[in-house]
Amino acid sequence: MKPVAFDYYRPQALSEAVALLSDMGDEATILAGGMTLGPMLNLRVARPRAVIDISRIPALKTISVQSNVVLTGAGVTQSDALRSEVIQREVPLLAMALPWVGHFQTRNRGTLGGSVAHADPSAEIPLALVTYGGAVVLQSRRGQRRVPAREFFLGALMTQRRSDEIIAALEWPRCAPNASHAFAEIAQRHGDFAIVAAACSLRLDTLDRVEELSLGVGGVEGRPIAVAVNSFLRRPAGEIAADLSEHAAANLTPMEDHSVSADYRTALTKVLVARAVSSALDVARQRRGHLQ
Amino acid sequence: MTTLHRAAGERFTLELTLNGRPRCGQAEPRMLLCDFLRHELQAFGVHVGCEHGVCGACTILVDGRAVRSCTQYASQADGAEIVTVEGLAQPGTLNEVQRAFAKHHALQCGFCTPGILCSVAHFLRETPHPDEQQIRDMLSGHICRCTGYASIVTAILEAATAMAKDA
Repeated sequence: MKPVAFDYYRPQALSEAVALLSDMGDEATILAGGMTLGPMLNLRVARPRAVIDISRIPALKTISVQSNVVLTGAGVTQSDALRSEVIQREVPLLAMALPWVGHFQTRNRGTLGGSVAHADPSAEIPLALVTYGGAVVLQSRRGQRRVPAREFFLGALMTQRRSDEIIAALEWPRCAPNASHAFAEIAQRHGDFAIVAAACSLRLDTLDRVEELSLGVGGVEGRPIAVAVNSFLRRPAGEIAADLSEHAAANLTPMEDHSVSADYRTALTKVLVARAVSSALDVARQRRGHLQ
Repeated sequence: MTTLHRAAGERFTLELTLNGRPRCGQAEPRMLLCDFLRHELQAFGVHVGCEHGVCGACTILVDGRAVRSCTQYASQADGAEIVTVEGLAQPGTLNEVQRAFAKHHALQCGFCTPGILCSVAHFLRETPHPDEQQIRDMLSGHICRCTGYASIVTAILEAATAMAKDA
């Protein structure tokens, strides 16, 4: 299908985009890579009066390291992020999640910010951001605010973004040099929406106990969930994978949809959490082996 | 700095480079890029399938990258360097990948083929020595209802090997 007729605006600076959005609010929609909005426009699920194309704003396409965080502009494409040495080194969990996002052809145009703005429950980039405890930087005419990712996502396709705000950047904590990460996912076909995805970052102390741990699960509830894992800190690493998978499954309320039952999602959660945790532990031990 | 504005329903002149030649045509803001290429510039090798980014038939190269042309709009393409299947080889000839597709029967109805060939052009530039898994991962962005993909994978593997030897 073809979209409804819309006014097209292409600002060259973020300030211009923010001013336009401030004037038009709900009547306008932001277009970046168009990998989500394009289909919604063509299917006429979205019928905006105006489209504000932010794909040619240079400031939104930068990746920068600032003391303890990496800032990725909202307009950085998924394929550019995947190729970035900074992302590989400083935000490895994102680098592991990106090959699961859509396909080669859609990653070439789809953006990090677009995925976060859309907030699909099974999306990998929001899951990585929530697992890391990153943040979303929002810009409006009123100024800039920073919302922790764990608060930003409210439910399926719902976020804290107000109608006059543009996602300007994502803020990723730089990973500790000795941290280990893993990402696991099951979808009907590679590149499709995840049925369940699990992401894990951890660090072990010299006695093989868990020093730092974060665990995220996507596709199970309406938003990506960071599982509370404090009770696992300082425990011997050898015994945590199975316990964590039971713990995660017990603390999530799975969705049911046309393809998968809630019980199946719970079963997948257990498998994928165990897989992600075990593989992060393997990496941690290999790293230690290299050091000894 | 100024914001470009194009009013709903109003036609404007769009200039871009298609297969190495500067071209222009008329569009309105909501016109899909694939429709502009076909209807205005007669690039009929751009096939339009699902119109929501899933099937991959409309894949073209924009500024060197394989992308969908149905989920972007002509409005967005001012000044873009676009290559469609018509520009992958000199007219009347086949490139290495196209020859391998013919040899291995990597197409039947041919509807998905122009999109796949554009994807492969970008893919092999980035991944000159692909293994089967990498090829299948790239092909997951295309739907072919005829071949079952096996012959497509074989053709791409053979073309990649031949091209790597030539390089």
